[in-house]
Amino acid sequence: MKMDAITATPLLRVDRLTKRYGPRIGCANVSFDLWPGEVLGIVGESGSGKSTLLSCLAGHLTPDEGQVIFDTAQGPRDVLRMTEPERRRLSRTHWAFVHQNPRDGLRMGVTAGGNVGERLMAIGARHYGGIRDKATDWLGRVEIAAERIDDRPSAFSGGMQQRLQIARNLVTGPRLVFMDEPTGGLDVSVQARLLDLLRGLVREMGLSAIIVTHDLAVVRLLADRLMVMKSGHVVEQGLTDQVLDDPQHPYTQLLVSSVLQV
Amino acid sequence: MTDYNFAYLDEQTKRMIRRAILKGVAVPGYQVPFASREMPMPYGWGTGGVQVTAACLTPDDRLKVIDQGADDTTNAVSIRKFFQRTAGVAVTEATADATVIQTRHRIPEHPLTEGQILVYQVPIPEPLRFLEPRETETRKMHSLEEYGLMHVKLYEDIARHGSIATSYAYPVKVEGRYVMDPSPIPKFDNPKLSDNPALQLFGAGREQRIYALPPYTHVVSLDFDDHPFQASKAPHDCDLCGAPDSYLDEVITDDAGSRMFVCSDTDFCRSRREAGHAGRLTMQEAAE
Repeated sequence: MKMDAITATPLLRVDRLTKRYGPRIGCANVSFDLWPGEVLGIVGESGSGKSTLLSCLAGHLTPDEGQVIFDTAQGPRDVLRMTEPERRRLSRTHWAFVHQNPRDGLRMGVTAGGNVGERLMAIGARHYGGIRDKATDWLGRVEIAAERIDDRPSAFSGGMQQRLQIARNLVTGPRLVFMDEPTGGLDVSVQARLLDLLRGLVREMGLSAIIVTHDLAVVRLLADRLMVMKSGHVVEQGLTDQVLDDPQHPYTQLLVSSVLQV
Repeated sequence: MTDYNFAYLDEQTKRMIRRAILKGVAVPGYQVPFASREMPMPYGWGTGGVQVTAACLTPDDRLKVIDQGADDTTNAVSIRKFFQRTAGVAVTEATADATVIQTRHRIPEHPLTEGQILVYQVPIPEPLRFLEPRETETRKMHSLEEYGLMHVKLYEDIARHGSIATSYAYPVKVEGRYVMDPSPIPKFDNPKLSDNPALQLFGAGREQRIYALPPYTHVVSLDFDDHPFQASKAPHDCDLCGAPDSYLDEVITDDAGSRMFVCSDTDFCRSRREAGHAGRLTMQEAAE
């Protein structure tokens, strides 16, 4: 974490966020602060509401109650009260969303270069050579060979697609990245490389990130802080190592003890 | 003809279409939905254009219909006949004499003047359609002016072909606001869209959309700073009239590889020949 920028306001402040699906609870009363440069992990079993929470934060779902206050250039603003154009502009520039399935986050019919360049063009880049240089640079940073720039993502392996999705999201230099199971569906060696890459990028760019996963190894490597969710509620939160090494809540104890040891 | 109302459509339908046209004129480049009617011709034959023309025609109008620039092809002939039968209006092949021109895929070479109406037949009005299949999403993109995706298409062209290979239906931006599909006219015609003294109306029957460019609207073809827009045509002169600056059709004349290039605008070519201009083939013929 960078210590030179001492800031008084958190990058994202979430206050009593609640989302119900009819009588059922998606997530309830979730509050936390995310500070600049911090990586927050959200873990829990399937159906615990972690993806619902992430969708609410990223503006894909509208929560029923609560506030999501983001520290914009014009000062802290409640994202949920923003007009749609404002929110979409925010999610194109200062935010990024990495989907679990790269097919959801990529345009499969468009070349790798076009995929990376889309966000640049969306914010007004109109110089082909410049866009291409930047795309080449970013493909290099996610370890995709520069000569694959004119190939479509459908010709890429799963791991490459996921790395391409990350490049596409980070090219505009966002401040906050939402990741939904970024390593899901990848085999372990590819997962390890991807995690290594992500860790490097997050540290290097001073990104803040919220990572949803059910894989405790992922949060151990990436996250500074950890939130454990069960049935829509946050049951425990704290520093990652602290939560994983000394779990307090019975559910967290169960979760930690059920990790397979090789 | 007493069996039909003037110009085929009933007056309430015309009123509905005129309201859509007026809205389109008020918001240049914006696609106005309208309740497209069944017309006595198949979709793709210009049902949208025919409805717009029918709503614009008055008994004093003189109508010209062209298909790919030609006055004598099936589509043009049948639509012209349709309005002769159902509206009894005068028809012409001369661009300068016409008050209403319905066109498929071309803008006439002869400059248009104030008071003329150019009606385009449009197959797919949505310029973003092949990039974003969801109508809800494309509408949102138009309303929020999110047009980055349009440049992704042009980027892909350059990445694959080395230059912007889109040669027809080339996307344009209208008055700095809406991105519009100019219907499948060749990009050679794109510069004529801008600052044109005539009223330009676009009708898409199957897709139920009308849009418009009022006279003297500023229209810009999209491009990149380092790959600027170029209005392209075949690098030849017309073989019949010798015109160096008109859009050309390439016609294969035998199975031994001979070909000729002729103006796609038949009226323009004929009037030039009548004025004494000659191209490669006409001169050869005269010499024989």
